[in-house]
Amino acid sequence: MRVDDSLVIERRAVISGAGQSDIGRRLYRDPLELTLDACLVAIADAGLTTADIDGVATYPGPMDVPPGFSGAGVVDVQDALRLELGWWSGGIESPGQLGSVINACLAVAAGLATHVLCFRSVWEGSAQGDKGRAGVMGGGGGGYRASGFMEWTMPFAAPSAAIWIAMMAERHFHEYGTTREQMAQIALNARKNAGVNPNAIYRDPMTMEDYLNVRMISSPLCLYDCDVPCDGATAVIVSHADTVADLRKPGIQVEAVGTALRGRPSWDQFDDLTTMANRDAGAQLWTRTDLKPSDVQLAEMYDGFSFITMTWLEAMGFCGKGESGPFIEGGERIARDGVLPLNTHGGQLSAGRLHGYGFLHEACVQLWGEAGERQVPGDPEVGVAAAGGGPLAGALLLTRRR
Amino acid sequence: MPEAATEPGLPFRILPRLTDRNRHFWTGGEAGELRFLRCQSCGYYIHPPTPVCPRCHSKELAPEAVSGRATLFTYTVNHQNWMPGPELPYIVAIVAIPEQDDLRLTTNLVEMSPEECVIGMPLEVTFEHHEDVWIPLFRPAQ
Repeated sequence: MRVDDSLVIERRAVISGAGQSDIGRRLYRDPLELTLDACLVAIADAGLTTADIDGVATYPGPMDVPPGFSGAGVVDVQDALRLELGWWSGGIESPGQLGSVINACLAVAAGLATHVLCFRSVWEGSAQGDKGRAGVMGGGGGGYRASGFMEWTMPFAAPSAAIWIAMMAERHFHEYGTTREQMAQIALNARKNAGVNPNAIYRDPMTMEDYLNVRMISSPLCLYDCDVPCDGATAVIVSHADTVADLRKPGIQVEAVGTALRGRPSWDQFDDLTTMANRDAGAQLWTRTDLKPSDVQLAEMYDGFSFITMTWLEAMGFCGKGESGPFIEGGERIARDGVLPLNTHGGQLSAGRLHGYGFLHEACVQLWGEAGERQVPGDPEVGVAAAGGGPLAGALLLTRRR
Repeated sequence: MPEAATEPGLPFRILPRLTDRNRHFWTGGEAGELRFLRCQSCGYYIHPPTPVCPRCHSKELAPEAVSGRATLFTYTVNHQNWMPGPELPYIVAIVAIPEQDDLRLTTNLVEMSPEECVIGMPLEVTFEHHEDVWIPLFRPAQ
């Protein structure tokens, strides 16, 4: 059922600016410095100053564990930039990482703020150091005992989302005949795009042979199906659409968002593990717009693990349920010159685990026509940014204002 | 009463923190039973356990043993050394408990090789005893 347009208040919001800090595998820099770098770039990109910013939103807010997962909270940024705020919000319980941006859209629509600084900051590369992800997985000793969701996974030596997502992928393979060669295209496409993104982490060419021969992590996910921890921060400015005349460049219209979570909020009890919560967020988004999946000219969709992007392709209706394997087979459809250019910056698989915000940043840069060598041809005007996996999912449909 | 230590030869495991809400699940193995919280009003099995039945909102809940049978819903063969634990590679699985359509468990498959995993195969529970916890693992049904 189509939601009445008068209720689609996210459409009163535009993305007015975007920015990133230096991004690297391990920078060993103060994460608040990286955060502020990204924020100041985004504010200037919008043609605003810190005096104009009256809202702040972030995901996940301050967190010490896992190490490097959060580089700053709202109050760190508010104080560092001496912001005067009409509205602010930070937290991990939201429809994925971009839930924070969606909150900001609703806040400007409600008149609580006019220009909201939204950011996501990570320093997992440095935090993990040379110990790899095992360095942040706990590992017991000292009588540590698991509680919360980890109570149901840790005793089975299943501490990582790699394992949880691998089991979802295996189920998809079983139900729909999906193959590793098909899934490989998410990683190969990302690497190809990263090759023309100067800020990407891994830019060397990757072949199907490389993919099939690299070590397995948790079957069917190999090393190249897993995103690369990094250090870096991303910021975007969400502004009220009435302010577009004051902005440095055309605002990017938030046409519709999706935030639904209709299944159980669990990595193993969700009703259909082959879809995850993306199914609900994607379906909801299309009830809030007259645009159709076939109108979308580029898609920047979460690839914490390559399989998650396949579930987003299905959830957003770019292909049928269970048909993401054949859709991406060969890679032509999702290439920069294909029918649906996908993860044009290299995704988190090759451009670094900026954790959700990297996809929104890239969608905006592409819609502004500022993507340089990796710019999608044809002057695209409609794009999707989607982030999250498992029980977390949020999506935005974006259009360039003329 | 002193708790039995982990037997020699068993892998390191991070154990769950026992509470009044979950103790029935993690100690049922002492009696060889796989136990879930069950609503005494409508019969719904509740996992993970909560204080109120999600279906009928009754608070009349009690642990009950199920058959211990399961089928393999999905699995992964894990090759990555995330933490001390079972010898690599090991199988992590989600198994379906036949007593209720939406009742599943994440677990490990034991006494079988990764090559033997077939989604849908029948399994049965077996327990690994560590300290005050009996971890439910699954093996091919006899």
